[in-house]
Amino acid sequence: MTRFRRRAMLTLLVAAPTLTVAGELLPTAAQAAVPTLPQLADLVDLGDVLILAGAPTAHMLVLRVDTDGTATLRLPRAEVGQGITTAAAMLVAEELDLPLDRVHVELDDARPELSSSQLTGSSNAIRSLYGPVRRAAATARARLVAAAAARLRTVDLRTRDGLVVAGDGRTARYGELAAAAAEPSLLVGPVITKPDRDLRVIGTPANRIDARAMVTGQQRYTLDLDVPGARPTMVRRPPTINGRVAAVANEAAVRAMPGVLAVAVVATGVAVVAETFGQALDAKDALVVSWTAGTVDGESDATVSTRLRAAAAGFGGPPLLGQAVDAEFDFAFVSHAPMETNSAIADVRADRAEIWSALKSPVQVQSGIAQALGMAEDDVTVHVVQGGGSFGRRLFGDAAVEAALISQAVGMPVKLMWSRVDDMRHGRARAASHHKIRVVHALGSVLSLDHRVAAVETDFGHGVGDAVTANAEQLPVADDLAFPNIVFRTTVKSPYNFGLTNQSLVEVPMGFHTGSWRSVYSANTRGAEEIVVDEVAEAAGKDPVAFRREHLKTARQRAVLDKVAAEGRWGRAMPAGFAQGVGFHDEYKSCVAYLVEIDARDPRAPRVLKATCAVDVGRAVNPRGLESQMLGGLTDAISTTLRAGLHIDAGLPLEGSYSQFHYARQKDSPTDVRVFVMPATGDPGGAGELGVPAAVGAIANAYARATGVKPRSFPLVFPVDFEPYPR
Amino acid sequence: MPQHTFTVNGRSVTVEAPDDLPTLWALRDKLGVTGPKYGCGINVCKACTSHLDGAAFNPCVTPVAEVAGRSVTTIEGLADGDTLHPVQQAWLEQDVAQCGYCQPGQIMAAAALLERTDDPTDADIDAIENVCRCGSYFRVRQAIKRAAELRRAR
Repeated sequence: MTRFRRRAMLTLLVAAPTLTVAGELLPTAAQAAVPTLPQLADLVDLGDVLILAGAPTAHMLVLRVDTDGTATLRLPRAEVGQGITTAAAMLVAEELDLPLDRVHVELDDARPELSSSQLTGSSNAIRSLYGPVRRAAATARARLVAAAAARLRTVDLRTRDGLVVAGDGRTARYGELAAAAAEPSLLVGPVITKPDRDLRVIGTPANRIDARAMVTGQQRYTLDLDVPGARPTMVRRPPTINGRVAAVANEAAVRAMPGVLAVAVVATGVAVVAETFGQALDAKDALVVSWTAGTVDGESDATVSTRLRAAAAGFGGPPLLGQAVDAEFDFAFVSHAPMETNSAIADVRADRAEIWSALKSPVQVQSGIAQALGMAEDDVTVHVVQGGGSFGRRLFGDAAVEAALISQAVGMPVKLMWSRVDDMRHGRARAASHHKIRVVHALGSVLSLDHRVAAVETDFGHGVGDAVTANAEQLPVADDLAFPNIVFRTTVKSPYNFGLTNQSLVEVPMGFHTGSWRSVYSANTRGAEEIVVDEVAEAAGKDPVAFRREHLKTARQRAVLDKVAAEGRWGRAMPAGFAQGVGFHDEYKSCVAYLVEIDARDPRAPRVLKATCAVDVGRAVNPRGLESQMLGGLTDAISTTLRAGLHIDAGLPLEGSYSQFHYARQKDSPTDVRVFVMPATGDPGGAGELGVPAAVGAIANAYARATGVKPRSFPLVFPVDFEPYPR
Repeated sequence: MPQHTFTVNGRSVTVEAPDDLPTLWALRDKLGVTGPKYGCGINVCKACTSHLDGAAFNPCVTPVAEVAGRSVTTIEGLADGDTLHPVQQAWLEQDVAQCGYCQPGQIMAAAALLERTDDPTDADIDAIENVCRCGSYFRVRQAIKRAAELRRAR
């Protein structure tokens, strides 16, 4: 909503977008392990595809320098806790030579002209912004220097702390130069970003730029915004997935309840608008509604499991040569469950609409809302609000579309909040999956890895899906891949020289509301493989760390493993019921290892006591933020490996709140966590989702070593230990 | 409609609301005090944790009639003017927050814990049930220990 309030310098930047697609192409030959040919994700990963999709518009960033000497970047990304606003501010501070506390970052409204470059997903924000934001800031700096050259009549100039300083000691503040620097006629020298050796802000740990707002209660999320006239709104939802309203028996009585302002039947249920959310909640609960059947009413955990097991082909008999280590795994559905439930504000008038929500693909949501309302896209303004968590959930703008339709139906602005029960039951979830893995080894060498994944279909009907579809033909693969296989094959790869390597996905469309969940296919697929790695090591009589070390493809990977083993004191003696476990993962041009220690004396009440992590992202823009992401990935892995999942009964999750969906609490968390960030070696890779698969492997392996029980079905401790809410 | 008079962050307020309206909505929807967050409405996520007469309470399940005549402190009222509470200071030092949504509740729970014990053990900290879906628990733990140090030094 911020407009240009002050006299400002505005730079609209034109810099050449670049694309790098080549990674480490071939494994080194001098290894005992049987080399594995590069996989698609080794050559081009999903992040590369998204960078390619966004390339034509990636440079269209708006950075302004105001007369008060501050700089403000309008960032076409979502901030949902991952720290991208802080990292982007650091990039600006670095190239502009401006103290970090004088750099502001605002989230851009939906800008249709940006198309696929206004997308937040696939751990790709830093990868896609690192060049463009730095070039934007370097351009602004070059213009300020040019303006100073004209004013001070010298070209002997340098910049520091928001000042242009002449060789003779005279200075000019950026604020004084801002207007002159905006003159289109200004002659500007070449724009050069700093060489790595001169980086001072990038790579230096910084606190979040919004930390003070967060600890004082001033940080505003969607429902904290004061949009004039917008009233609390909730929706009574069906007792099934996708059931529709057949009839409302007591609409007049509910309209007469205290505080109720409007009631309207919409596609997703019955909306109630009231003076307070407490009253909207009471009123929607008081509605007597009959419903049509849902679309997955016949499905339950048992039917899902049967479908998935049938979809993943078995391996038949024993291998022709060598010995096989076979294993099958099952992973339950998992709710995204961000703390801030699905929410949006919508003010829809006859000829225009204005929307506020935490959105990771706002351009696509703007288009969807325009279509739903029967308006032109230009008449729909979509503001991106900082979000209270996402984990993949906010790639979808369903709350924003629903709020817009309700506002249109009731003829007033609405502030829509999903209840926690709605969020867990009618929201989205990581798709359940089944895995059949066979590793064949002979005489101490691994000859092949075959991993067949069957998963309930993951819905990619959002901006990432659009970007991939639009660019699929540019992928260097001969065969025509179906959509889910493009995502699978550009994200899933094995870091090991395991000989002939085949990882494949069969998706089973079942009509559940799914969505990519932090690390998408990799959490389950690579997590399961890390368990099998331990089992193959055992079959070969090798130590799990030594065995991984022998088979990892690159020196960079081995350095990460060595670091975690040394810092985590791998192999130290543990009492009975306690054990260490290790896991490794390579994705997003980054790699990570975790070493955890678990107390599983009671196998039904395990606790991870300690965790050590080593991570190499190429270059950490903000090491402190990177550590936060590795901590978050660890907690996600503790949760989903040990206790957090959804039970499906007659098409609906039984779990309706955090008392039932057992995401980790403080008592489930380690009291000792150390994260080691490896020295910078190049440009930044991705980080947000990186930690989960390795941590899943480490925790499951520790559990196996502590209990002697092979981990096969996740979460490992998963009773229905609660009375479900009424449907 | 009944009226309820109480104190919020040192300021006397009167709201007109049904007796059973949860205090969370009196604060958020009637008074514009948005620091306490909704996360579950049934006192399990604890994102709304605030203080009632100095002790932790959860406004999502406390009817507004019950706070009449009493003193509510929300995250907005924890600092002394521009001087942050030791818990807030420690939260900044440790850079605890990720998305930040649960942090008002985490901070108010930690501040209440430190009122009960000035040197909390790991077991005391484990007893805090506030959900952090970003998984910042270890930094929360470190920050509580640091806040205890800062508080003892004051």
